[in-house]
Amino acid sequence: MLEIKDLHAGVEDKKILKGINLTVNPGEVHAIMGPNGSGKSTLASVIAGKEDFEVKKGSISLEGEDLEELAPEERAHKGIFMSFQYPVEIPGVTVTNFMKTAINESRKAKGLEDMPANEMLKLIREKSEMLEIDRKFLSRSLNEGFSGGEKKRNEIFQLAMMEPKLAILDETDSGLDIDALRIVANGVNKLRSKDNAIVVITHYQRLLEYIIPDYVHVLFDGRIAKSGGKELALELEEKGYDWIKQEVVV
Amino acid sequence: MAYTEEELKKELETKEYEYGFYTEIESDTFPKGLNADIVRAISKKKNEPEWMTEWRLEAFRIWESMEEPEWANVHYEKPDFQAISYYSAPKKADPNKTMDDVDPELLEMYRKLGISLDEQKRLQNVAVDIVVDSVSVATTFQKTLEEKGILFMPISEAIQKHPELIKKYMGTVVPKTDNFYAALNSAVFTDGSFCYIPKGVKCPMELSTYFRINEGGTGQFERTLVIADESSYVSYLEGCTAPSRDENQLHAAVVELIALDDAEIKYSTVQNWFPGDSDGKGGVYNFVTKRGLCEKNSKISWTQVETGSAVTWKYPSCILKGDNSVGEFYSIAVTNNFQQADTGTKMVHLGKNTKSTIISKGISAGKSQNSYRGLVQVNSRAENARNFSQCDSLLMGNECGAHTFPYIEAKNKSAQIEHEATTSKIGEDQIFYCNQRGIDTEKAIALIVNGFSKEVLNKLPMEFAVEAQKLLEISLEGSVG
Ligand SMILES: Nc1ncnc2c1ncn2[C@@H]1O[C@H](COP(=O)(O)OP(=O)(O)O)[C@@H](O)[C@H]1O
Ligand SMILES: [Mg+2]
Repeated sequence: MLEIKDLHAGVEDKKILKGINLTVNPGEVHAIMGPNGSGKSTLASVIAGKEDFEVKKGSISLEGEDLEELAPEERAHKGIFMSFQYPVEIPGVTVTNFMKTAINESRKAKGLEDMPANEMLKLIREKSEMLEIDRKFLSRSLNEGFSGGEKKRNEIFQLAMMEPKLAILDETDSGLDIDALRIVANGVNKLRSKDNAIVVITHYQRLLEYIIPDYVHVLFDGRIAKSGGKELALELEEKGYDWIKQEVVV
Repeated sequence: MAYTEEELKKELETKEYEYGFYTEIESDTFPKGLNADIVRAISKKKNEPEWMTEWRLEAFRIWESMEEPEWANVHYEKPDFQAISYYSAPKKADPNKTMDDVDPELLEMYRKLGISLDEQKRLQNVAVDIVVDSVSVATTFQKTLEEKGILFMPISEAIQKHPELIKKYMGTVVPKTDNFYAALNSAVFTDGSFCYIPKGVKCPMELSTYFRINEGGTGQFERTLVIADESSYVSYLEGCTAPSRDENQLHAAVVELIALDDAEIKYSTVQNWFPGDSDGKGGVYNFVTKRGLCEKNSKISWTQVETGSAVTWKYPSCILKGDNSVGEFYSIAVTNNFQQADTGTKMVHLGKNTKSTIISKGISAGKSQNSYRGLVQVNSRAENARNFSQCDSLLMGNECGAHTFPYIEAKNKSAQIEHEATTSKIGEDQIFYCNQRGIDTEKAIALIVNGFSKEVLNKLPMEFAVEAQKLLEISLEGSVG
């Protein structure tokens, strides 16, 4: 599904990612952990095609297709979805209108007609119920005045609406209380299938108790310093990141 | 195509004016220049009674003694008033003919403008009067309106048929002496619409006028007069376009609204005069005086979507004379490239318990300058006057400007006046967020701009809100390829 080879990326005079290798197969869930500033969000943004970052070396491909030349919206049309660590406010644009536009633009890119209104309505009803989102919430301006938790839940609502092939969740757990975390994780789990893949970026192993990963990678200073199974997350929780730092130095 | 500030700028620059076609119609155009004889000739051309000719001549003398105003935050080469032709009529248009007789080229022009005079508009319940250059060419739906006693016709026709109403009301809200352009208009106005809603009548459809400048080297000076008699209601829409030309064309209109006791007038404008090209060449100078007078318990609402013109100077205002009267101003002004807009409103509170609301949304892109200028004036006898003003500016890129000039003059201590202002920029983060959801940059900008303008778009009559949204998109987006 996703294949990252020797990826180096950064901003003008700063190297942030320094040789990332990662293969994610259909049906898998990968967790990426690591201390603040290690490059987790940068990795997510580079996969999504954010042009603030320059790819200096290496490649990213999705289902065998090199993404280099593709604009962010084209990557989205191919099935990449990113849940933002810091979702952006768009005043005056309702959640519903935003989703309608997003879905229909993606359909247009695939040569499909707009989704019929009743179908859209059904989809909204189904997904908002799944994530226990109040319908009133959907007529509010996108992320404007939302609490941290509401923003994250709304990201997962969008994920559920768009049904991507590859979902990247960037610190979706931060800002969520334990009940919300369970609801959101539950929503994510429902999307798991043998055909799609999920990359979960997180600080804490808390979320991973609900979304159980097949692999855990530790990102440290722009490199994957260690990979393992789900037990690695527990080990990190116990020993902290210093332990990895020492291993890297050794 | 992902978004960077540079690319956005480029996109905006490649935007083209959709209504920039010129229609070959034989026209009857006056020689350039302005003097008392030209004023007399216009009056004669219109078959006007003598009192009207005298009215015009007086306005002309007033205008001659006035100077063009300089206070607006706009910079442009002053028009040479002797280099303009003050009358141009499409030759084949004859107001007495039926639709079947209308020049097919004119009809084609309406089609390009997206106006249909027939079934489509009928279904939408819109009566349309169309003014091309100086003449009103077709008024649909007159019969249906007449049954209700509603008068809706070209102003030149009203001068002939309803002189008592014209004499009673014309120039009472915007006097000839009001300002330079109003005086000019009073002297040389060539056409425009007249509307009278009788007592207690709710006008069953939107009334609409389209203005179009077609001929080169001409100015357009239309005059609109809307009178809503006691307890009546009318919603009125005006739309404007002009062909792309290198020269600057002058448009100096006067609109007067009169809402008698308990009446309500909604006046909406979608203005899309040619804004000039991306180098700032050509475009319409839009110097307009619009004002409404509110008697007791009446209400006047101005809604405007201003995307066109090279220079705009326009302040639709309300004189809240009657107790408990209400004035509203909802505005979206978009400027791009080298456009300059100085627009806003005046709310003059004279009566007790008068209320006004001002919502202004300015969107600036390119190298344009967008100014809001508003005056809230509370007279000493206006007990319990209330005003709420909100002015929001949205900037795209780093070379444009947004300015806010709110003036408040409160002479009564009981006045409650609130003013809020915000300035924001379309952020790269917002664009990327949309891109990530599969929405390309062009669509993303449209979405953000529509969201920003929503409170005002919602005030437009339904069928025009869609049109206005499209217009916002056209004005701000280029061909992203
Ligand atoms: N647009 C940017 N410009 C400059 N530096 C950046 C930018 N984005 C991220 N960085 C830097 O790159 C490093 C990694 O950031 P980030 O990917 O957000 O880390 P994480 O998500 O792991 O906390 C940090 O040092 C951060 O300051
Ligand atoms: Mg991060």
